[in-house]
Amino acid sequence: MMAAPVAAEFRPHPAGRILPGFGLTLGYTMVYLSLLVLIPLSAVIISSLGLGWSHFWEAVMAPRVVASLRLSFGASLIAALLNAVFGLLVAWVLTRYTFPFRRLVDAMVDLPFALPTAVAGIALTALYAPNGWLGMWLKPLGIAVAFTPLGIVVALTFIGLPFVVRTVQPVLEDLDREVEQAAATLGASPAQIFARVVLPALWPAMLSGFALAFARALGEYGSVIFIAGNMPMKSEIAPLLIVSKLEQYDYAGATAIAVVMLVLSFALLLGINALQNWAALRHGGR
Amino acid sequence: MPSHIIGATFDLPAVTSQARRPRRRPRWGRLLLIAAALVFLGLFLVLPLLVVFVQALGKGVVAYFGAISDPMAWEAIKLTLFVAATAVPLNLVFGVAAAWAIAKFEFRGKNTLITLIDLPFAVSPVIAGLIFILLFGAHGWFGGYLRAHHIRVVFALPGIVLATLFVTFPFIARELIPVMQAQGKADEESALSLGASGWQTFWRVTLPNIRWALLYGVLLCNARAMGEFGAVSVVSGHVRGLTNTMPLQVEILYNEYNHTAAFAVASLLAMLAMLTLAAKSFLEWRQPELRHAVLQPRDRTSREHT
Repeated sequence: MMAAPVAAEFRPHPAGRILPGFGLTLGYTMVYLSLLVLIPLSAVIISSLGLGWSHFWEAVMAPRVVASLRLSFGASLIAALLNAVFGLLVAWVLTRYTFPFRRLVDAMVDLPFALPTAVAGIALTALYAPNGWLGMWLKPLGIAVAFTPLGIVVALTFIGLPFVVRTVQPVLEDLDREVEQAAATLGASPAQIFARVVLPALWPAMLSGFALAFARALGEYGSVIFIAGNMPMKSEIAPLLIVSKLEQYDYAGATAIAVVMLVLSFALLLGINALQNWAALRHGGR
Repeated sequence: MPSHIIGATFDLPAVTSQARRPRRRPRWGRLLLIAAALVFLGLFLVLPLLVVFVQALGKGVVAYFGAISDPMAWEAIKLTLFVAATAVPLNLVFGVAAAWAIAKFEFRGKNTLITLIDLPFAVSPVIAGLIFILLFGAHGWFGGYLRAHHIRVVFALPGIVLATLFVTFPFIARELIPVMQAQGKADEESALSLGASGWQTFWRVTLPNIRWALLYGVLLCNARAMGEFGAVSVVSGHVRGLTNTMPLQVEILYNEYNHTAAFAVASLLAMLAMLTLAAKSFLEWRQPELRHAVLQPRDRTSREHT
């Protein structure tokens, strides 16, 4: 009589699962994911297949589309590079130094995630317009930010600001200070310590923050459209071109641009994934 | 002997400060770095936030409250609250279910599933709107069926909710998964072995364990749901008083050169953002593991560090 419950306790489920709810939760997850994400996303791919290769190529290679893709990539790249440099600086200052209101500044770094993009867009435009707080100082210097591609870079830098800070910060916090002290006792200058000891440890985190900021900037819409001026061929980003094609009921054209952007974003996502696995391995194997 | 020991202890700080001296020397360098970082953050974070409130109050407090209490602004506020109140609970249920399956069980394709859950983060908000137009628009896959049954999805409330659900899809799941993975399943197994039912175990054991992470995910999901612009803009059709959320109302007012009113509505969203950041800091203080859980990106490496 005693043997049965004991056996049941040791083998309660064919797969060795003790906790209930596996089928229910996984099933619900799969259904919800498919209905909301996978099926709708595949609609874009399938719709673009319906275009046929020559139509697709024609839509993507139109000069206005090429110009918008080039602008989106160029501006996102510059913004992500700016974020890599300044993000490292901010992360360094926040982890290594103490100064008044450091906690507050640390919390503020996430503002671009919390502030709706439309609000960021009109705020940056108000700042950099020729009569704005910053625009009025830049105008005599002959620098126009609002309604030019430079404005797009400013908006994308704002949007991507937290990524590099938040990927680099935890690595910096974990960094063994004794290694730097050892380098110092061996006669390395602060610059040498930074370049030879600190920077190599931060590389993977910086790269992954850079890629995240780049991917976010590529798809960004709300903060950019107010400041960009939106001139075709000059300051029209790819997401905006998708919207204007939709407004003209050119669904095929909108879908073609969307597919190009999706493929590039997914390639980036996979790259980031691989990078993070590599970084985790490197970190774990230390 | 004692005096010798005391002498040694007194010498020690002197020695340390001697050793520290070379690191203290570039004080100006440190100040320069702090100043550079603060100037950068001041230009890119503080000024944009400040300008919203200054512009909103530019024509006085009366004009400000007039703009906020405008009927169209109220419709937008109500719609935004409704959309968030629908989208956040749905994604909350999904997040808990996904985290339970992923954190408590081993199965094939788990990493693929985690990547798929993150997928909406890699999709431009504009494309998130586009996909629902392709499905439910007049010329979309289900367009004919919906028209025949007089159901409006796109350019109506369901489309806005769907687009919001899509862009906020991963938030709660990705906060819960690492926390539940770290907690393991020993607590739940003991509860079950003591005779609790599955639901009792969940409500009495799991939920209290994950409550801070859950709140954190809800907070971030809500901020994005209320602030989403691109995806909602594509599916809304900008029907005034009917399909305008607060961010869309900001855009319309701004494009009408009604800047004071645009910034007045924007100031409400900016206050929401500051409240979100304050609540986020509070939760991070309650549960330090939540720190560096970036609002947007995948962040597995840094989580493994902390």
